[in-house]
Amino acid sequence: MRHQRIAFVVMVAFFAAVPLLVYPVFMMKVMCFALFACAFNLLIGFGGLLSFGHAMFLGTAGYITAHAAKEWGLAPELAILLGTAAAFGLGVVTGLLAIRRQGIYFAMITLALAQMIYFFYLQAPFTHGEDGIQAVPRGRLFGFIDLSNITVMYYTVFTVFIAGFLLIWRVIHSPFGQVLKAIRENEARAISLGYDTTHYKFMAFVLSATLAGLAGATKALVFQLASLTDVHWTMSGEVVLMTLLGGLGTIFGPVVGALVIITMENYLAQLGAWVTIVQGIIFVVCVLTFRRGVVGEIAHFIKKTL
Amino acid sequence: MTEIFGVPTQALFGQLLIGLINGSFYALLSLGLAVIFGLLNIINFTHGAQYMLGAFCAYFLLNKLGVGYWWSLLLAPLVVGAFGMLIERTMLKHLYKLDHLYGLLLTFGLALVIQGLFRHQFGSSGLPYPIPQELTGSRNLGFMFLPNYRAWVIVASLAMCLATWFVIEKTRLGAYLRAATENPALVQAFGINVPRMIMLTYGFGVALATFAGVMAAPIYQVNPLMGADMIIVVFAVVVIGGMGSIMGSIVTGFGLGVVEGLTKVFYPEASNTVIFIIMAIVLLIKPAGLFGTQR
Repeated sequence: MRHQRIAFVVMVAFFAAVPLLVYPVFMMKVMCFALFACAFNLLIGFGGLLSFGHAMFLGTAGYITAHAAKEWGLAPELAILLGTAAAFGLGVVTGLLAIRRQGIYFAMITLALAQMIYFFYLQAPFTHGEDGIQAVPRGRLFGFIDLSNITVMYYTVFTVFIAGFLLIWRVIHSPFGQVLKAIRENEARAISLGYDTTHYKFMAFVLSATLAGLAGATKALVFQLASLTDVHWTMSGEVVLMTLLGGLGTIFGPVVGALVIITMENYLAQLGAWVTIVQGIIFVVCVLTFRRGVVGEIAHFIKKTL
Repeated sequence: MTEIFGVPTQALFGQLLIGLINGSFYALLSLGLAVIFGLLNIINFTHGAQYMLGAFCAYFLLNKLGVGYWWSLLLAPLVVGAFGMLIERTMLKHLYKLDHLYGLLLTFGLALVIQGLFRHQFGSSGLPYPIPQELTGSRNLGFMFLPNYRAWVIVASLAMCLATWFVIEKTRLGAYLRAATENPALVQAFGINVPRMIMLTYGFGVALATFAGVMAAPIYQVNPLMGADMIIVVFAVVVIGGMGSIMGSIVTGFGLGVVEGLTKVFYPEASNTVIFIIMAIVLLIKPAGLFGTQR
């Protein structure tokens, strides 16, 4: 536990201090994706379930938050809450369907459901199709904190990210998290011990979807934009990549993965298709030679869990 | 003009035909996925990219080497199939002892690389591929005009699917394959070279996708991303049909193509999503899939 606390303090210090050095919008993007990847990792790293459709939660929350803030003029905290609640609702519905199949089928089902949601947003009038919902007002948090100030926005995102991270950390170390790990390691044995594994997996799925939604809702306010990019299957693939690169089933891996991938995309953005090519290469290299991921390798080296 | 349910028959049969064409590709692709999954326990995410490679292979053969459609139909599956076997030998081979999910992740990464390279080289707009001379024109069936090339695609896919079914279910080679699917170690103990069989099976599954890609080239334009969205629909088809049965894949593929075509006539807004909605319903009623067995 002690090294995890040290790593946590290092991470908090890093994100708290870094806007002094780096463009804050970039770091806000990193934190949104880090939370997204942590939520995703809760499902695959601790529940053993590979969702290939997590973009639907990120995107749904983004659209609902953007729509609520712009069209209904809701306060930012309410807009984020509503977006997260939408992701929760979608998580319940898709979870009930996807959880009916195991392993490889689960991945295909979540991917197909996400594609259905994508087509829905492509056609629904309120999303404004290819344009997306633009110029979303950030508004005033709780009526008096002005989010149009970039520093204030930064530390709001920082707070959301740390809160989400701590929640996931707590869940992983709770009895619930331990049962999830047992299911991942040996589902038949968990069943024989009397655990209703389907129920646990469903809970993990919904929790993961909700937190992915929180990331999406926050992201919509940061960029003042909700667009089809966030619901497309490439986004689902990206979060898998971040988690895989950082380390499946590690606590800090997804954060490192998000940082590396977003930085990489930032530098390659002008090169168009090269982003996709490099992402693909990272996938292949990770699967063939580097399955523990960055943090997983470090943890293995110091023989501790991180 | 005659009408059925308030829809002109011309439009109805036209969409039905498009549905059957799409169904042909769904059937060929899901068949390939099922064959590969049966023996390798890997969901081949690269399948869509390999379908795209088929179309590009035909395009290159025509424009660089002057090789026509008919030879492409034979050569492209051989070339891309060989490329598939290379992937199997160099990469997939190392994953058989791991969780199935790694196979999915690796093939997803490969699909990104292949599609990215082609998009970098050729952009996202499509390249034209002409309909072969022998199959231009169309015939009047009395109730509709049937373009010859489209009729050929449906007949050829159906024939290819049935031939695959016959080989797997009715021949000695197929019996080895089915046995190896059940218990590879035992089959190997009988002196059959299972690793080589796995390699050839992967090559064959890839060749099926390539074959579909060559046939698709004159209908859809040759486009680096033509397989990217297709593969997701095919995944849904596979979930609906279940991967347990070869015949199941064929029937589900064609059937869902037709359903999609009909949706385009009666409720066009849902034509993109209808297959996913059917998937959700099937999951509620029969989670193992229409032809599958839960495992």
